[in-house]
Amino acid sequence: MKIDLTDTTSSKINKALVKGRRAIGTPAVGMVLTLVIVTDEENAYDSLKAANDASREHPSRTLVVIKRAARSPRDRTTSRLDAEVRVGVEAGTGETVVLRLYGEVIDHAQSVVLPLLLPDAPVVVWWPVNAPLDPANDPLGALAQRRVTDTYAAEDPIGELTSRAAAYHPGDTDLSWTRITPWRSMLAAALDQIACKVQSVQVDGEEFNPSCELLAMWLADRLDVPVKRALSPGPGLTGVRMETDCGPIVLDRADGSLATLHIEGQPNRAVALKRRETAELIAEELRRLDPDDTYASALKYGVERLGEPAAPVTETGRDKDAEQGKGADEAADAKKAPAKKTAAKKAAAK
Amino acid sequence: MPAVYDLANRGLLPPGFSLIGFARRDWEDEDFAQVVHDAVKQHSRTPFREEVWQQLIQGMRFVQGNFDDDEAFEQLKATIQELDKAQGTGGNFAFYLSVPPKFFPQVVQQLKKHDLADAPQGAWRRAVIEKPFGHDLASARELNAIVHEVFAPDQVFRIDHYLGKETVQNILALRFANQMFEPIWNRSYVDHIQITMAEDIGIGGRAGYYDGIGAARDVIQNHLLQLMALTAMEEPASFDADALVAEKAKVLGAVRLPKDLGSSTVRGQYAAGWQGGEKAVGYLQEEGIDPKSKTDTYAAIKLEVDNRRWAGVPFYLRTGKRLGRRVTEIAVVFQRAPHSPFDHTATEELGHNAIVIRVQPDEGITVRFGSKVPGTSMEIRDVSMDFAYGESFTESSPEAYERLILDVLLGDANLFPRTEEVELSWNILDPIEEYWDSHGKPAQYPAGTWGPTEADEMLARDGRSWRRP
Repeated sequence: MKIDLTDTTSSKINKALVKGRRAIGTPAVGMVLTLVIVTDEENAYDSLKAANDASREHPSRTLVVIKRAARSPRDRTTSRLDAEVRVGVEAGTGETVVLRLYGEVIDHAQSVVLPLLLPDAPVVVWWPVNAPLDPANDPLGALAQRRVTDTYAAEDPIGELTSRAAAYHPGDTDLSWTRITPWRSMLAAALDQIACKVQSVQVDGEEFNPSCELLAMWLADRLDVPVKRALSPGPGLTGVRMETDCGPIVLDRADGSLATLHIEGQPNRAVALKRRETAELIAEELRRLDPDDTYASALKYGVERLGEPAAPVTETGRDKDAEQGKGADEAADAKKAPAKKTAAKKAAAK
Repeated sequence: MPAVYDLANRGLLPPGFSLIGFARRDWEDEDFAQVVHDAVKQHSRTPFREEVWQQLIQGMRFVQGNFDDDEAFEQLKATIQELDKAQGTGGNFAFYLSVPPKFFPQVVQQLKKHDLADAPQGAWRRAVIEKPFGHDLASARELNAIVHEVFAPDQVFRIDHYLGKETVQNILALRFANQMFEPIWNRSYVDHIQITMAEDIGIGGRAGYYDGIGAARDVIQNHLLQLMALTAMEEPASFDADALVAEKAKVLGAVRLPKDLGSSTVRGQYAAGWQGGEKAVGYLQEEGIDPKSKTDTYAAIKLEVDNRRWAGVPFYLRTGKRLGRRVTEIAVVFQRAPHSPFDHTATEELGHNAIVIRVQPDEGITVRFGSKVPGTSMEIRDVSMDFAYGESFTESSPEAYERLILDVLLGDANLFPRTEEVELSWNILDPIEEYWDSHGKPAQYPAGTWGPTEADEMLARDGRSWRRP
């Protein structure tokens, strides 16, 4: 069921929500959290789709805050709020309100959102793009226990990591960090199997992918060993090599879905390490709502302490197949054409 | 008026029911009927039916006059007598006194003078009064004296429309008809209780009435203290007016104010801001308000109840205008489990268990408790179990006024605060108002937020925090 409200207020939206719930015959509220998505019109559809998929695991009230740019000076001075209330099948397992803000109210989005939050339940704010530099002190971010950013979508992902570290407040988290959860658990499990000391680590991944930096910082922070980065054509992270007293441990994923785990003295093993959809990332992120101390510690290690990444991946001296060499050429192409960065990244993300 | 129509529509009014309007306006019977007709059409809960309207209109009259106009009251008397004969009302009259406080003594005296308030054998005369029931203990006593001089105490009905709400009546059902709540309804299990009544609107056009009265007198004295009494009282011996009033008076009498009123009360005034997507002006900028006014539009107080059941359990009462959203809730917040076998990270997100009684809107009850988040790790988070009136009882519940007007006609005083309750409530509020008069000024809070930071600090000092209702 969908109810359209034009030039409305939060109190009318609340009434529409109750009406909608009654109309579809489920007036009880079993939702566990409020997810606020702050985005522009361009990214709203994909973000909302991801959130609705995630709501199968976490029934939630989803508020999509879309700040509409004003076309004329007159539009900038008038202020208007339009809302689209969706309940039932159209809204996953929860309720969805799409809020479109015009004019002056754009700067007061928190006044629209506050009355629509579920009582008592935790609040999560997610910026799929254009996250504020200091999420915790953003008027909308201040309403939330958990603030989800995505440095992967930023213009300068690596620089963004540094400002995230400077502005970190407990409750901040980033989808680039969520993306490496399977890598972290696989590497930790591998180290649990052997009783050797790690001497150095190398992380390979595509350029402009902050997940590489986060994984490298996490390893450096936890193992207290030198960690180098090397560029590869991707997609995403392609490999981690840990040199230990008793030989290397290598986790290698060339195609973005199936990885090979190599531990010295043991047979090679296949590991499913598929690059995940945003919906899965959000669902994982919503599973824990307490501050992520491991993320804080890794983030605060500091990108600058990692040093510059080594350029061609073939210099690492690893015997790689021909596919790897082909990829290196593509990486060089990408570097020659930085203007195409965003487009290239989006293609790689799929 | 819509409530009267709804009663008629449900067949709950006696056939001869008549309605006489008395006001200064220069109206004929037809004008009055038209105004009632419009109000009914627009606001009645039940569908409009012409035959019901025809029944009502038979007994509808209007008398024009001032409150000091003896002739007009004679006219009123004549009209009543005429209707009594024509409609067969049996000499039973209820006077619904919806008049500003300053005219009150005059109107009551006029009713007495013109012999309208004395019931002959076998009939009754009742008076219905609306809030405010005075503005402090002295004025409340004076008002009570005036009314009781003319009407017998058990024939005076003070309308507090909150008490007519289904959920409020349900507090008693929840507590005393069930076995599972009452055993934990005491200081051994309850950490504290929060009662919130928030409005998202400002004072609107009521500047003249509101300025000088303020949120505490307007809301805490009657609505919130009544809700508190119902939440905290012992089980009445029976469900009749005398037994209920005895228990409510007992608990209101046991209320103790904290020693330091400065640190356990907060008052505020809304400042300019944004509320729900609309720009809102501050209280001091409202039309008709003195820019130096110290009237509170937000009030939060901490009370304790000195009895065996509640010793040491604070009751936090708050109300305000231009807050986040319109909501009235009672939250009974329980203590944490005395011992947890789970480690710290598993229960980091677990809050206090709570029973929340939603008085309005969306009447119902929510129970909050911890549950394991699905997955391989042990992670416990708050979930809620919900009871909504709209779901379990599909017939829409009667409006508060509908219920209360019917009770007046039946002479059932269960849901009306008595004299002693009104006086006890002022007894609680008066020292706070006196303290506020002589100390400081209201804290400012931006419109559309949940009140001044001072109120958050007040709870933080006790190691607690306000819920987000």
